[in-house]
Amino acid sequence: MKSGSKLEKILSAGHFAFTGELGPPRGANLEAIQKKAEPLKGVVDSVNITDNQTAVVRMSSWGASLLAIQQGLEPNYQMVCRDRNRLAMQADVLGAYALGIRNILCLSGDHQQFGDHPQCKGVFDIDSMQLIQAVKGMRDGKFINGQEVDEPPRMFIGAAANPFAEPFEWRVYRLAKKINAGADFIQTQCIYNMEKMREWVKRARDMGLTEKVYILAGITPMKSLGMARYMKSKVPGMDVPDEVINRLKGVEKKKQGKEGIAMACEQIQEFKEMKGISGIHLMAIEWEHRVPEIAEQAGMLPRPEV
Amino acid sequence: MIVAKRKPFEEIKELIEGYKKVLVVGCGTCVAVCLAGGEKEVGILADELRLSQKSEKEPAEFGEATVQRQCDREFLSELDDIVPQYEALLSMACGAGIQFLAERFPDTPVFPAVNTTFIGVNQDVGWYEERCKACGNCVLGMTAGICPVTMCAKSLLNGPCGGTNGSSCEVDPNQPCAWHMIYERLARQGRLDKIIEICPANDWRNQKPQTLIQPGYEERYESEK
Repeated sequence: MKSGSKLEKILSAGHFAFTGELGPPRGANLEAIQKKAEPLKGVVDSVNITDNQTAVVRMSSWGASLLAIQQGLEPNYQMVCRDRNRLAMQADVLGAYALGIRNILCLSGDHQQFGDHPQCKGVFDIDSMQLIQAVKGMRDGKFINGQEVDEPPRMFIGAAANPFAEPFEWRVYRLAKKINAGADFIQTQCIYNMEKMREWVKRARDMGLTEKVYILAGITPMKSLGMARYMKSKVPGMDVPDEVINRLKGVEKKKQGKEGIAMACEQIQEFKEMKGISGIHLMAIEWEHRVPEIAEQAGMLPRPEV
Repeated sequence: MIVAKRKPFEEIKELIEGYKKVLVVGCGTCVAVCLAGGEKEVGILADELRLSQKSEKEPAEFGEATVQRQCDREFLSELDDIVPQYEALLSMACGAGIQFLAERFPDTPVFPAVNTTFIGVNQDVGWYEERCKACGNCVLGMTAGICPVTMCAKSLLNGPCGGTNGSSCEVDPNQPCAWHMIYERLARQGRLDKIIEICPANDWRNQKPQTLIQPGYEERYESEK
């Protein structure tokens, strides 16, 4: 075991993993975290705690990760390169590990232009690839500068992948780079274009990458036709095919959420069978309370004990 | 070259308010080429300033002078006899030129008339684009002659990120994704192996004021260090 986290145990035992997401509040609101955490208990194996998601100021991801632990959840601590330099990042990894955080997801971060402080300076001292390498290096006992770490942080290291962004041919090589950098697991961008996803997984499989890393397919159920349209046109790197839009269009407004969940469950069913996919990462944005019903309907419950 | 843009007129007026004799100082190199602060632009600005003073009881006077390079003492010395006749200087050079002018005339207030924007290229007349951040550690050999530090909004060295929209940057659909261009050009040259290896964290060499003495000149400046 690299970290001994629950997520690592689930994946290494060959179970189909199920992770969720919890966006920290825009304030020191402990109750908001408790409220979002409650429905996730016993339903997901680990929960991603986002780091100033969409470049909007929120409670720190390590702070919210600790609160998630107190709530009985295992956090997957997200860290972006936008807001801190290599000193702060390495320091935060040490602090997070010492306080019981065992999973980390290394990301570049959405550009500050999209957030609530668009005039701020983006740090990007290192990029996500280099952050993965840094956390791996620290786990192996060395800081970025080669100096020794006194008690290495034994993190289970995650990275993101977007199978849909151009140039498509290069995406699988970039995935290989992340694996070489030290990624143990991958959580993908929200998937709506299944055809492209199948092709990406096939290419990853052909290159032997799925033997080296656990890939969790990213799923975000559409809550409404409006959300689908927004995702299609406004969210960078998102690929929403017209058939998704049309299917939601075909049902009356009140039932669109239900249809969105049904579509997500169909995707999950396919991923359970897909060779090279090791689990699902469910990003039910501001829909945490509906995760149990989605999990139930997708046949993800009960979660295995490890 | 260094590209600059003239400040809004109201801001310039505010900066020099109260001074009755102001010398507008142009620079004949980069800012002249990019049409921001050469002899012609000095004339235009001085005229605009004079016009704005017309209704004043005691209108301020504006002189004009342009030197070949404000970042060079040899050319600044041409102003030694002129500057004492003025209360303030309004420089249209880049930030480096403005500072060197101020350093040469420490008793005279110096104000900037332009904002220095970037190191860039001339796309067409009056159209310039940034190409270099002067990071001090050039990676263009790896990236097919396209700078990811400058052209990628996140300065990624292992791009492209997941936010690319087709082949354009997530922050601006009119801005091509630097890493998409890098990929395409390296593919065309059969050199994709250059970016399959993980590029290590950069050694940012532009994080403190820098001095450069070219090889062969070290001895000459030994005593000044």
